[in-house]
Amino acid sequence: MPDQTPFPTYMKDVLLRLKKQLPCRDNEVSMLLSLFGEPQHYSYPSILIYGHRATGKTFVTQTVLQELKLPHAFVSMVECFTPRLLFQQILSQLSSLYPSLDEEFHCETLNDFIRIFRQLSTSNVLDQQTVYIVIDQAEVLRDMDANLLPGFLRLQELVGGNITVIFLTEIVWEKFRPNTGCLEPILFYFPDYTKAELQQILCKDRHPEFSDDLYATYINILLGVFYAVCRDLCELRHLAALNFSKFCEPLLKGEVRESDTHKLWRSIEPHLRKAMQTVYLREVSSLQWEMMQDTKEETGYLKGLSAYTHVDLPYYSKFLLIAAYLASFNPARTDKRFFLKHHGKMKKVTFLKKHEKTSNHLLGPKPFPLDRLLAIFYSIVDSRVASTANIFSQISSLVTLQLLTLVGHSDQLDSPKYKCTVSMDFICAIARTVNFDIVRYLYDFL
Amino acid sequence: MSKRKSKDDSLSIGECISLVQKILRERICCQKSNGKPFGVEMQQKHLLELLKRTVVHGESNSVLIIGPRGFGKTMLLNSVLTELLGMKHIKGNVLIVQLNGLLQTDDRIALKEITRQLNLENVIGERVFGSFAENLAFLLEALKKGDRNSSRSVLFILDEFDLFAHHKNQTLLYNLFDISQSAQTPIAVVGLTCRLDVLELLEKRVKSRFSHRQIHLLTSCDFKQYVIMFQQQLLLPEDFPDKSFAEEWNQNIRFLSRDASVEEILKKHFFLSKDFRSLHLLLMRVLCRVTVSNKTIKPADLIEASHLCTMDSKANILHGLSVLELCLIIAMKHLNDVYDGEPFNFQMVYNEFQKFVQRKAHSVYNYEKPVVIKAFEHLHQLELVKPMDGPSVRIQKEYQLVKLLLDNSQIMEALQRYPQCPTDVKQWAASAFA
Repeated sequence: MPDQTPFPTYMKDVLLRLKKQLPCRDNEVSMLLSLFGEPQHYSYPSILIYGHRATGKTFVTQTVLQELKLPHAFVSMVECFTPRLLFQQILSQLSSLYPSLDEEFHCETLNDFIRIFRQLSTSNVLDQQTVYIVIDQAEVLRDMDANLLPGFLRLQELVGGNITVIFLTEIVWEKFRPNTGCLEPILFYFPDYTKAELQQILCKDRHPEFSDDLYATYINILLGVFYAVCRDLCELRHLAALNFSKFCEPLLKGEVRESDTHKLWRSIEPHLRKAMQTVYLREVSSLQWEMMQDTKEETGYLKGLSAYTHVDLPYYSKFLLIAAYLASFNPARTDKRFFLKHHGKMKKVTFLKKHEKTSNHLLGPKPFPLDRLLAIFYSIVDSRVASTANIFSQISSLVTLQLLTLVGHSDQLDSPKYKCTVSMDFICAIARTVNFDIVRYLYDFL
Repeated sequence: MSKRKSKDDSLSIGECISLVQKILRERICCQKSNGKPFGVEMQQKHLLELLKRTVVHGESNSVLIIGPRGFGKTMLLNSVLTELLGMKHIKGNVLIVQLNGLLQTDDRIALKEITRQLNLENVIGERVFGSFAENLAFLLEALKKGDRNSSRSVLFILDEFDLFAHHKNQTLLYNLFDISQSAQTPIAVVGLTCRLDVLELLEKRVKSRFSHRQIHLLTSCDFKQYVIMFQQQLLLPEDFPDKSFAEEWNQNIRFLSRDASVEEILKKHFFLSKDFRSLHLLLMRVLCRVTVSNKTIKPADLIEASHLCTMDSKANILHGLSVLELCLIIAMKHLNDVYDGEPFNFQMVYNEFQKFVQRKAHSVYNYEKPVVIKAFEHLHQLELVKPMDGPSVRIQKEYQLVKLLLDNSQIMEALQRYPQCPTDVKQWAASAFA
């Protein structure tokens, strides 16, 4: 299929240029061109292109439309968060194709949009060619007014002109369909790149100072580490660009020759593994990572974002938080055993026979009432604490810090329920600062 | 001159193909029907008679055309309207107002649109009207005065009629039906809808004013008719400039519809749905494959097009996941099996995955927890897992309860098709208890 030029009206050199610009996407380009047809022919009212992130949906569509000089408007739904912005952007992009028509459009509703569009398409050259409206991140359209998505799907019929709307999205079409149905678009899948294709594309931006083969080796090693976790082309390109200087370091020093792939692999592989834990997760910013490489510091020496979890809290707040954690992760029936001085004998059996599923650290925090929090708080704090307004305001300020959350917003004053939303590590660090052995009080670790 | 004429008779192959594309694309994309609508003669006669009575005799009517999507409601109406407007004495005597429930989302917009379509903007000008009904009455009054001899009749066509029933108090519908019952201006209200229970949406007072005339488009076409429909959509018209090419093309189409493999595919689509639109989707894809080097439609083209039409989109998405994400999905599948479809959180999935890594697999899959969380969030973004409670409930992302939106068979099939799937992952997926 790719060797046939689908339509004689398109210049051969344009098609060749497209092929060069869009590697590994020949099939999709020719499918897209055959769907578009000749400029003056009708195309299908709506096309939905779906596929994974970074599979070239936007890039291919935009390049094809630009290279063939087809009249089109390109909008991203993330930018246009109200219908009005969406309409105005489409109209102003289309009218800018024809400079004679230059005015501010005021349209609030789909009705106005269609009316202005009709005027535009009858008074212009627009009606001789298919006009394309490309809507990127089309999944946002579902959450806007209910008439927008069906309206755009049958825009051709509503306007009565030669219009095709192209939706680009990551989500499958089944999740778009409104419950009273709509005009079905032509579905078009952009397949993910295979490993070989990824390699081919990544090798394109090689470093001019080094040979092709060396860069190909480097990409091969990089894919070997990251391919099982990440197939996002953008992410991989970014990682490739970041770590290449480290890869060439032994070469520049003259320790290793280019042909000695094994030694190069040995030097870069641990470095890449470290990158997965830091740069890939955005723990360390790319700039910091590059600086670390330049100064030859031990990578990973810098503390990442997640290392800054330590929060300084007042003394009673700490105890309140600990009490909340205990109340969240311990069942209420064990309170007597943990916090009462003269509790009776516990049956050993209940503690030994614990199913995994019942472990609270697997299921997450349970909600607890305020009274229980206070009871545990008073029993773990040694000194006598008066229940002043301060204590209660500290509880509500813990809620605003999102260390606690209020569950069920029904009752603010009378017996509110809370959940503790901090991690195990965090609470252990806090308990250590007040010399409280929290693990001894946790039911799961008994 | 004669030379030119002979040239016109036989176009070059490129021009022929281009013309074929033009004709067929117009037919498929903008529903320009060739000839009469198919199998709805009775309904057409009924509707035509009704509208004629409004226009000629000044009788007010209301009717609802009900049928599933893609069964030719608009096509029926359009063919009736063209027939009606083609008649003598009628053309200047009737005004058509077309409204669409998608565009006129409330009554104010609808009223403005009616004013615009009746060309009454200059009359209304800056006048402020008291009530909605007054406004509408004025509109129709103005219509009466416009033509001195006799009042012109108005056809109101309400597409997506069920959406109009969601307007506040159904004022527009009430007034339209009320005028059709009482006022003198002859109007016909034609509603098109795909909801069978549309009458239940109407208020009692609105319902009582509606004439309860319904035209149902629930086609009872069988497979033989479906094949004829398929043929009819692809045949070139009589007035195609290049006679010999058209002859050849039509011959091929007739031959095609008798082909066994084509019949099988058509049967498959017929069993899925009988409407025009899904047939058009198939034909559009077939048409895309017609080029200069591929002049005629072959059964292979249809097979390929049908394959593209019926692809499972979730399987496609699963195909592009990374191995880690696939492992998480398998872990979720196991949780689903063991706990019988109970919702689960990330911590449980991670625990399941850890068990697999420690016992079964070699340590290659031993990724740190944040990396796994990132993979989990990607699944979330692709909407393969759905959170059980709304986004307003604030909880750590490890403990948010989610549900898997995939079927077991889908997962197993995706595993089969997955390129270079590690064997231990495959075995883990197959084993019932992890």
